[in-house]
Amino acid sequence: VCFIPGGLDCSISFVSHVLGKVCVHGRQKEILSVLVPCLVDLTKSDCIWQRICWRLVECVPDRWMEAVVLGFVQRAPGADTLSRLLGNLVVKNKKAQFVVTQKVLLLQYCYTTAVLQNLLGYLSLDSLRRALLIKVMQELLETWSSSSAVKHSPPEQQQYISKAILICLSHLKEPEIESCRQELLTSMMEGVKCHLDSNLPQIRRLGMIVAESISSKINTDGPVLKFQYEEDDEARELKSLLVQTPTFCVVPSLSDDGNETAGAALPLVLESNKKSHTAAPVMSDDELHAELDSDDDLIPYDMSEDKELKTKAPVYIRDCIAVLTGSEDMDKWEATVKALEGLVRKNPAATREVSVELAKILLLLEEKTCIEGFVELRQRAQVAVLTTDPIPVAKYLTSQFYSLNYSLRQRMDILDVLVLAAQELSYPKSHGKTKHSGAQKSCIQLLPGSDSSKDWRRIVDERIKSKTRRFATAQSQVELASSPNEFSSVAGHFFFPLIQHFDRPLTTFDLLGEDHFVLGRLVHTLAILMYLAVNTVAVTAMGKALLEFVWALRFHSDSYVRQGLLSCISSVLLSVPTDCLLEDMTEELLEAQSWLGDVVEKDPDGDCRRLALQNLLLMENLKKKLKTVPS
Amino acid sequence: MALPPPDPQFVLRGTGAAVHTLHFSCGSQEPDVPVLFSGSENGFVHVWNLKTHRVDTALDGHGRKSVYCVETMGGKNRLLSQGRDQRICLWDLAEGRTSVTDSVFTENVGFCRCSLLEVAAGRWLMAMAAKALDEVQVLELPSKTSVCTLKPAVGAKLGMPMCLKLWQLSCGSQPLLLAGYEDGSVVLWNLSMGKALSQLACHQEPVMSLDFDSEKAKGISGSSEKVLSIWSLNEQQNLQVYKTHKLVNAGISDITIRPDKKILATAGWDHRIRIFGWKKLKPLAVLDYHTATVHCVSFSDHKNPTERLLAAGSKDHRISIWSIYTQT
Repeated sequence: VCFIPGGLDCSISFVSHVLGKVCVHGRQKEILSVLVPCLVDLTKSDCIWQRICWRLVECVPDRWMEAVVLGFVQRAPGADTLSRLLGNLVVKNKKAQFVVTQKVLLLQYCYTTAVLQNLLGYLSLDSLRRALLIKVMQELLETWSSSSAVKHSPPEQQQYISKAILICLSHLKEPEIESCRQELLTSMMEGVKCHLDSNLPQIRRLGMIVAESISSKINTDGPVLKFQYEEDDEARELKSLLVQTPTFCVVPSLSDDGNETAGAALPLVLESNKKSHTAAPVMSDDELHAELDSDDDLIPYDMSEDKELKTKAPVYIRDCIAVLTGSEDMDKWEATVKALEGLVRKNPAATREVSVELAKILLLLEEKTCIEGFVELRQRAQVAVLTTDPIPVAKYLTSQFYSLNYSLRQRMDILDVLVLAAQELSYPKSHGKTKHSGAQKSCIQLLPGSDSSKDWRRIVDERIKSKTRRFATAQSQVELASSPNEFSSVAGHFFFPLIQHFDRPLTTFDLLGEDHFVLGRLVHTLAILMYLAVNTVAVTAMGKALLEFVWALRFHSDSYVRQGLLSCISSVLLSVPTDCLLEDMTEELLEAQSWLGDVVEKDPDGDCRRLALQNLLLMENLKKKLKTVPS
Repeated sequence: MALPPPDPQFVLRGTGAAVHTLHFSCGSQEPDVPVLFSGSENGFVHVWNLKTHRVDTALDGHGRKSVYCVETMGGKNRLLSQGRDQRICLWDLAEGRTSVTDSVFTENVGFCRCSLLEVAAGRWLMAMAAKALDEVQVLELPSKTSVCTLKPAVGAKLGMPMCLKLWQLSCGSQPLLLAGYEDGSVVLWNLSMGKALSQLACHQEPVMSLDFDSEKAKGISGSSEKVLSIWSLNEQQNLQVYKTHKLVNAGISDITIRPDKKILATAGWDHRIRIFGWKKLKPLAVLDYHTATVHCVSFSDHKNPTERLLAAGSKDHRISIWSIYTQT
């Protein structure tokens, strides 16, 4: 395609028509891959070519405008080249404006970050277009801060919008920020609230990052918002969007191909405090300084390590109880906390005498001094107590789960402890060690158990692949020594009390209302307990109760809870023997199946859909299995 | 900036039980090897070869009852060991023999280490806790005749003697005895008259160990509390407290002053060995190696000052050997 340069008065509209038609028929890639580089080169220095190009795109009929504009936006190597190519198209043409400011940003979310950079950079490059940039920014923020959007839109879209916001922020200049400071602040506050309310850690983190960025932009001199979250590639990528290397304007200069913006993203400057090491030893005896010319020439050695000997931990369980409840001696308290798990495991008989009391103390134990790993120490001690004396302690813990005046943290602790203890009890004791793959579960502490939902997906995947139900762990262990399943006799005690009172709200604790986070955790816990109850006597009753529980909650609005419910169904299908499934639970299963079909099609959350699909496959496999077995 | 404390020069392992007592015998010439005797809780006296760091001989003479004192009588061929089987055994170790030549039945069930003093060639005085609870008996060896029995005055509730030290100002002069008692007092006894010359309350708790420098007429005692007590003897043979030194952790099991009177070592219940300068009790080093109570410390009697060693035996079954401040 070769254009005749200068002097001739050509009509470009025919070319525009052709271009538009080709693009709308889906051939954007082919034609634009040839056209765009040509145009980029030609428009580099020649104003006439620029005007030609602008005419070209302006003349594309409205019905094909979208395809053309999207094609250009995707193909242009940078925001300034896009600017050269499109000119002020977005200002002149209503359709183009709609596509660029609304459709790409708010209604779709399939484009890459580079495309976003191009688009928003393009908007920022010209003063006429900057007004649009601000408008776009406001609309994005409105979406970001709307609680219904946060609840119902898929995480991918939310990430897309967050990225767009960050890029916009990076383009905004001081006076513009000044003018809309108040708005930014209000949206930020609202948005942060909705994001932090969510159960999915990814959403929370997105909210935190965006809020931090907004806050740093509007409060350049004051204190900025700072959250604590896990820094991984995604977070770093998002943060890097905030900093833009200056893009060069229409005048061609050094780099016109390649993305300046995406390439040189600088990390935010962090202040590093170098702690100066003071290593000078201190003489323990002050008399030394007075007698420097003393004794012979005997030079003392460094005695700074000479400190008082630490107190030892108590050796008896009852002593531990006394120390934990009454003692003011912090050293002893620390030593006791560290030694408690070992003592409980070594003295099962003594522990059984005081198990409930010990469980109570541990549940209410607060961190008095700064011990490393306090939460884990406490959790391990609780698990040790629970496994040593399962029935009374389980009764106590499950009753406390539904009692007044516990914090959410404590209730979730109860759930975690029950799960860990159930794991320990149900695994065969090989070589005296019970924790293997279960050890990773003990890392569920401060983050919600969405890890467990990932584990679930993995395990369910494996199951489907293998097409048989096997009680095997993820690691292949050859020939575990068999021993009686200790979980069998107590599974019911762990499970049923938890499921009993979920719909009875207390004044401080309402599972079905505000505390849906705990509900999510509870559902996941029940799923795990169900899974671990395979080959126990109570499994059928448990399965039936669990399916009814799932049915009652199936329309819950929180996606984390729904994921948990789907895991429950997986566990039921995996743990309850097929005959029992068919005999006792046919109706529930059929109902569940229809619900699953619904979820697969209509649920907004990708994870839920996947889990539902896996469940349906599991059911199919079971049916097939039954058909092949001669009755 | 002070150097970090040195590590042990080597560590002797193999006793198999807590080490309660140590005694060096390194004064002999080549080709004789320097030797360390150790007494353990399992009743053995181990003879350690300090060149090979291995046990040359293990002497079993106390019926597997703990040995809590070993001393040599003029050279390493004659050994005295005291055990919880209420016996003090005299050994003949010359030419590879391991036989008990004589023994004294002390009838004492305590832990008080006996004290030896050579008063004339071949004649030794030995002070030991006697049958009666608060008495000290002095015997002459090798004849085993009783020289005197030192009984505290009636009403002076001193308790058991915990540690003893026989000394004389110079060869030929009066032998005297310093005894530390359960009530925390140190008593100076005159042996020929059999009566106490002076008594000093040094500690609130039992005196666990003491040592005395006859040249400076100064002594030091340690107990189960946090204080070391230094006392001196004036011309009237009266004991008076010179000063006290506060420790970081309570409990001292043994104190010994190096033969050249420059430094002293204490064995602590906090697993640490502390070195002090003797002149002004300046803390010099804290040797932290053992993982359990250090029961005993002993300095070697090497003729060559640079070869001098310090040994410490602990409840963790190990004997650590240190070379420290050997330059002076």
